[in-house]
Amino acid sequence: MNALRRIYAIFSKELTQLKRDRMTFGMVVMIPLIQLMLFGYAINTNVRHVPVGVVDHSNTGLSRILVQTVGATQVVDFIGHYDSIKEGEDAIASSKVRAILVIPKDLSQRLARHPTVGFGLPPSTDQETSRPVAHWLVDGSDTIVAGAIKSLRSMPLAELLSKPANRNVPTFEVTLLYNPEQRSAVNIVPGLVAVILTMTMIMFTSAAIVREREHGNLEMLITTPVRSIELMLGKIIPYMFIGALQVVIILALGYVIFDVPINGSLWQLAAATFLFITASLVLGLVISTIATNQLQSMQMTIFILLPSILLSGFMFPYEGMPEVAQMISEGLPATHFLRLIRGVVLRDVVIFDMRYDVAWLMLFTLAGLIIASLRFKKNLD
Amino acid sequence: MSEFVIKAENLSRNFGDLKAIQNLDLEVEKGSIYGFLGPNGCGKTTAIRLLTGLLKPNGGKVEVMGLSLPKEAEKLRLHIGYMTQKFSLYDDLTVKENLQFIAKIFGLSAKQRKSRINELLSVYGLDKKQNQLAGSMSGGQRQRLSLSAAVLHKPELLFLDEPTSAVDPENRREFWEQLFDLSDQGTSILVSTHYMDEAERCHKLAILEAGIKRADGSPEDLMQQMGAHVIEVAATNLRQLKQQLLKVDGVITAAQLGARLRVLIRDSVLDPIAFLREQPGIDIGDELVKVRPSLEDVFVTCTGEGRQ
Repeated sequence: MNALRRIYAIFSKELTQLKRDRMTFGMVVMIPLIQLMLFGYAINTNVRHVPVGVVDHSNTGLSRILVQTVGATQVVDFIGHYDSIKEGEDAIASSKVRAILVIPKDLSQRLARHPTVGFGLPPSTDQETSRPVAHWLVDGSDTIVAGAIKSLRSMPLAELLSKPANRNVPTFEVTLLYNPEQRSAVNIVPGLVAVILTMTMIMFTSAAIVREREHGNLEMLITTPVRSIELMLGKIIPYMFIGALQVVIILALGYVIFDVPINGSLWQLAAATFLFITASLVLGLVISTIATNQLQSMQMTIFILLPSILLSGFMFPYEGMPEVAQMISEGLPATHFLRLIRGVVLRDVVIFDMRYDVAWLMLFTLAGLIIASLRFKKNLD
Repeated sequence: MSEFVIKAENLSRNFGDLKAIQNLDLEVEKGSIYGFLGPNGCGKTTAIRLLTGLLKPNGGKVEVMGLSLPKEAEKLRLHIGYMTQKFSLYDDLTVKENLQFIAKIFGLSAKQRKSRINELLSVYGLDKKQNQLAGSMSGGQRQRLSLSAAVLHKPELLFLDEPTSAVDPENRREFWEQLFDLSDQGTSILVSTHYMDEAERCHKLAILEAGIKRADGSPEDLMQQMGAHVIEVAATNLRQLKQQLLKVDGVITAAQLGARLRVLIRDSVLDPIAFLREQPGIDIGDELVKVRPSLEDVFVTCTGEGRQ
């Protein structure tokens, strides 16, 4: 009973302080808002309107129609004409353009022999094999931009000659579930919940306790009957509500602005979020028992935050990482939450079906609480 | 027979190579005001932290309120109040909110809280400031707030670590009045200070230097048993005289007080005035008076070995 009273005392004190600290209170709302707008719009793996140039050795009506047809895909925008390949390469080097399209002199011959044009296949001999109609020189350093231009490799050309498009039978039929329109936001917005919670939850809790130590409040607190676990719970609980508020902001705005559906049940969503918020808060507590000032706690938060963004599967698919990175990724709470929340929000999964991730988050929280309680001593030694 | 609220034997504490407290023996009687007098860095704060259970000793035995430390530190918390050297309440809470918080932590019911806080606010003259943020108050007001927070749960033993270091003289007087009121009500108080006048107000005090207790007892006893004569010399050219006297064997120290020089002479010298008359630099016409020792004289006599 007294324990509950003390937890409540710390909880309400923390709320009062939070209410006075306009800046932090603002950050609670502004961080998810701004990050959502930024990432929701900015992170887009469907690259469009790549600035490119053309080196037209053929310089015929046909070549101009070819350039227009390619431009009509909207994958690229032709913004420059260069007289030689050398000039074009210089333009790539000085990053005026990302790629150049080199159109050879014999464009019309090449086109006539090209299978997609449909004048019948020439025999595939050494002398008479059909050759590509033109050549892309691409700045391949950015794999996503390069990929976009690579996707033009076998674009249909029938339109060029006002012929009906010849329909190839694909080897495989592919059906895209859950995100048929391939909008990045659908994947990004639930992921953002994990990233933003990692950032704010760890930062707030670690700073909250370290601040008491820095200001000397802790020396006063430890001469009172309050127990370590009560102090920690009292500190954590207000931030649980804050975390929940942030999740609501992100998902609601994601639904309204980016049309990200919430297919799963809200209860499942709440359960998964609760698991992750407690795991992150406990991690913040552990940091607070190590850091001696707010700068250190900030640095440690970033030390956790960066891998949580880059290795959790938020930005890059887990499957593409080397084994070591995958092991680090498995160690981060964000990875497991990311799987859960994408599962619930996009695929209407029941989190019990992903019990490995659930169990991992629970174990992490338990281990963290034990470590934090052991490390947090009620003395100044 | 008097009862002791603090008993320490052979208490020691090191921080790495630094011996912060060495072999401290201490007995504080119930209901008394006990002072720790010493320069900055002499181990006053460490001693208080050892006695409140905030630090664990490297050696020795401590019993506070009959509880042995550090084992029973948690039990002790309900019986002691501690006012830290630095203001340790919350700057961003109001006076009343700070007291409310402490009261809740100590498990007071809503009714008890209300009456106790109102009582404290009026006793410590904070009732008009109760809705002001603690961070925006003056040093004296904060000190009164700290004291009221430390005594909120009516502790039997109160530790005050340099409570008056950020306070003007008038507030200091008032503060000591409040301490005597608490003492009257039966609270035992241990207070550390580097002000002589404050130390003189204590029932008993210990002089600490470099972690070692140099002397202890009541201020009167300490002054009587000082082991040195105090002579005040009225002469011209005091600066030069001081330098000359400091070289003389038998002179402990000399300090200028306005137009006089206060000279401490070892009590192995039987007639200090005649002894001084023989010194060069003192003229026939100079006035030499033997005066009553002050606490500062005691302090200067028994410290100084470890000073740099």
